[in-house]
Amino acid sequence: MTNQTTAGPRLHLNLAGLSKTDYRGNPSTLCQGCGHNSIASQIISACYELNIVPEDLVKFSGIGCSSKSPTYFLNRSFGFNGLHGRMPSLATGALFADHTVKGLGVSGDGDTASIGMGQFKHILRRNMRMVYIVENNGVYGLTKGQFSATAEIGLQLKGQGTNPYMPVDIAWEALVGRASFVARSFAGDPKQVKELIKAALSHNGVALLDIISPCVTFNNRDDAVHSYAWGKEHEVALHELSYVPPAEEIMVDYDEGEVTEVTMHDGSKIILKKLDQSYDPTDRAQAMRMLEEANANNWLVTGLIYIDPTRPSMLDIYNLTDTPLNRLPEEKLRPPRETLEAINNLMF
Amino acid sequence: MSTLQPVAQVKAQTEFEYGVNDFSITVGTVNGSGSQTSNLTILRALFKMGIPVSGKNLFPSNIQGLPTWYTIRVSKDGYLARREEQEIVVGMNPNTFQKDLNSVSPGGVFLYPDDMKIPVQREDIITYPMPVKKLSMESGAPSNLRSYVANMVYVGVLAQLLQIDLDKIYQALDFHFKGKTKPIDLNFGVVQAAHQWAAENLEKKDPYRVVPMNLTEGYIMADGNTAAALGAIYGGVTFASWYPITPASSLAESLVEYLPKLRKDPENGKNTYAVVQAEDEIAAIGMAIGAGWAGLRAMTSTSGPGLSLMTEYAGLAYFAEVPVVVWDVQRVGPSTGLPTRTAQSDLTFTHFLGHGDTQQIVLLPGSVTECFEFGWRAFDIAERLQAPVFVLSDLDFGMNQWMTRPFEYPDRPMDRGKILWEEDLEKLKGDWGRYRDVDGDGIPYRTVPGNRHPTAAYFARGTGHDENANYSEDPQNWTKLLDRLKRKFNQARKYVPRPVIDTMPGAKIGIIAFGSTGPAIEEARDQLARQGIPSDYLRVRAIPFTEEVTDFIRSHDRVYVVEMNRDGQLHQLLTLEVPDRATQLISLAHTDGLPLTASRVRTSILEKEANQS
Repeated sequence: MTNQTTAGPRLHLNLAGLSKTDYRGNPSTLCQGCGHNSIASQIISACYELNIVPEDLVKFSGIGCSSKSPTYFLNRSFGFNGLHGRMPSLATGALFADHTVKGLGVSGDGDTASIGMGQFKHILRRNMRMVYIVENNGVYGLTKGQFSATAEIGLQLKGQGTNPYMPVDIAWEALVGRASFVARSFAGDPKQVKELIKAALSHNGVALLDIISPCVTFNNRDDAVHSYAWGKEHEVALHELSYVPPAEEIMVDYDEGEVTEVTMHDGSKIILKKLDQSYDPTDRAQAMRMLEEANANNWLVTGLIYIDPTRPSMLDIYNLTDTPLNRLPEEKLRPPRETLEAINNLMF
Repeated sequence: MSTLQPVAQVKAQTEFEYGVNDFSITVGTVNGSGSQTSNLTILRALFKMGIPVSGKNLFPSNIQGLPTWYTIRVSKDGYLARREEQEIVVGMNPNTFQKDLNSVSPGGVFLYPDDMKIPVQREDIITYPMPVKKLSMESGAPSNLRSYVANMVYVGVLAQLLQIDLDKIYQALDFHFKGKTKPIDLNFGVVQAAHQWAAENLEKKDPYRVVPMNLTEGYIMADGNTAAALGAIYGGVTFASWYPITPASSLAESLVEYLPKLRKDPENGKNTYAVVQAEDEIAAIGMAIGAGWAGLRAMTSTSGPGLSLMTEYAGLAYFAEVPVVVWDVQRVGPSTGLPTRTAQSDLTFTHFLGHGDTQQIVLLPGSVTECFEFGWRAFDIAERLQAPVFVLSDLDFGMNQWMTRPFEYPDRPMDRGKILWEEDLEKLKGDWGRYRDVDGDGIPYRTVPGNRHPTAAYFARGTGHDENANYSEDPQNWTKLLDRLKRKFNQARKYVPRPVIDTMPGAKIGIIAFGSTGPAIEEARDQLARQGIPSDYLRVRAIPFTEEVTDFIRSHDRVYVVEMNRDGQLHQLLTLEVPDRATQLISLAHTDGLPLTASRVRTSILEKEANQS
């Protein structure tokens, strides 16, 4: 499948020897113009540009519109579309099987911020090695337009009336939940989405990406927070962010004195460009103050909000043997006979 | 098939005078007072004297302060079931003192602390006051340990009265305190002092005593949760996730205890396993299913309330065909029920766990040794059938010490099932589909994440899918898929443990049971046979039922189904299996939270049999 050679138009191959078609999935069955589709194509671009071999990623999702999207990218990656709100547990177990693969999870605001809040919080504190994307549109799409927990107070939806409750801020929850990587973006800003996905893929731990992804069908009134129009108008980019893989020599938009450099676990670097203020994403307290201020001002802050590149991932903590656990032969799994004799002798 | 409970092999039919090696001791204490150490010491010392013995902890759901009882049965004939009669009672708890006194069988013995300010008024028993306070004061124990060593006073007094070997008591303490001399000496000092006090001050007026035998040779003492964990380890468990719950916690804790000793990679000293304490039971089974899907031998362990939470994931694993092993150490339900009491009431729930058309494979160990055996076999069955396998133990097995056969090393290599790696896919030239029934047995082939072949990947899901794992709502596809799952479930009959059958000459009635009721049933059968009612006995060890079960039902006039629940759950399932014999199947279901006794089994069968004639 990977060798496009003689006939036909020559395809651009990346350093993994793959063309972009090697990263694609099935055609989307979501609504036309859905923000989720745009995110899927940025996942494809990010993986292609990072020279990731699709077999090195495993996709996970829960239930909902967002959770259907893993079939729209990376057909050559294993995937598991599990239960509503339970993606983190499924991923946690699966990623123990082969420590050389990385997880890529796609969830939604219903999946993560309601039924899945518990598992969401716990995978953050365990810091399992995976990208955790929340395609956040403030509405239940697949069940045709009920309020989600991220819907803003006062939001009016057809047939649902007015939302009386305060919203859950997923980035804030992640920050409070001790996530080691918290970012937010907007599906209508493909460049930033792609760069953040690339940074997330290079992170050695859970990388939470809260992507405001407008629902074109059920939650797209111009004055709603999760709509395109509101997002475009209220978006405040924290900094311009470019991801530079270590194989590449040239730095883009590099301007000394205006830059915060973060070294990722794999040795690659993220270079953060300040827009209107110096922002240090390694300072958790400052990140919390900034989010509070943004909330007070009704801003949609995007960019890399917080990162701790030094925190060990869950797999690091478990001190697993070098061979992936799912390839261990029987003689490594079943202790020798004489050990059982010793155990029987130890019983009273 | 003659391997029943250990008891069946032990039977000595030894003739002793009345009161020798055949009685029960019950100790009433306050939970958290350290009496467990004393009770286990008596149990283990008797075991080391070669006398068949069983011990059951009847304890409250409480850390400290509520009444708790421990009952020990000494049986020259090797009967291990609980008895309703108690010849010797030790009343250490003022709050249950009167009740405990009343519970002594006529002609029995009552021991109590001499400072108990409650009158001891029973003429039909023998009573021995013990200077508990005085001896514990004199023990030299620091004041914070005094109430603990106080319980050693009754150990010493009983040892003297019953002639329990003090050397064996020392061995038991040495084992309990893992060779730490300070607590051993402190406790043994109290035992010796109490023993000496009894020798000098008590006049033996009762007939109860023990004499050494050799009937515990070839047995060990162990609990079912430890056995299950060890079995899982010898079955190659690689991932375990769990959430604390009584009475299952010690199963996972045993994994945590033994895995570091047994499962380090000799090449680099690193771990070949992972154990995760999850945030709840839903996450616990979710992680195990993730790991099972990705090719690890994965398990979780829980009890009824946890199993309720695991239901949705159980349905996913059944439908997406993910191997995983789930231990249910049963306690009394419904709801929170009686968390520290035993039952067999999760059977139908587990078998049908999940909405829609779901049928789960269930294994039913009938001894602590079988907890070990099913610990490893469950993984072979789960991976062979690509399905969840539920193992139903119970609190009585899980948390009590049993004399049981030593654990036997697995007698066959692991069966990893139909799994395709890179070289297999290369040979197939990519022509494979995750849910194709290539071999006609309903069991497809699978690949696991980490397989780097470009055709290895597929997208697993809980939604409708075709043979290649693509989303499908096609009606024919759906029917075909569910029919295949049914065929696969029926295939399980080939792989699950077969029932154990024990027959008696001239038997017209049959008894069917499972799990921890075995000892009570075997004893009841001996009693019934002496009354002229021989019986055949089949102990079910798995669902789906194998043909031996239906043959057994068809070959008996009446079959009594004995179980510890209200609704007769095994009876219900057998009725579904053999509907044309429904009227010959008679339910003897009972649940009160306590382990079953032989007298209940015998009495209820006699009642039903009387109605027959």
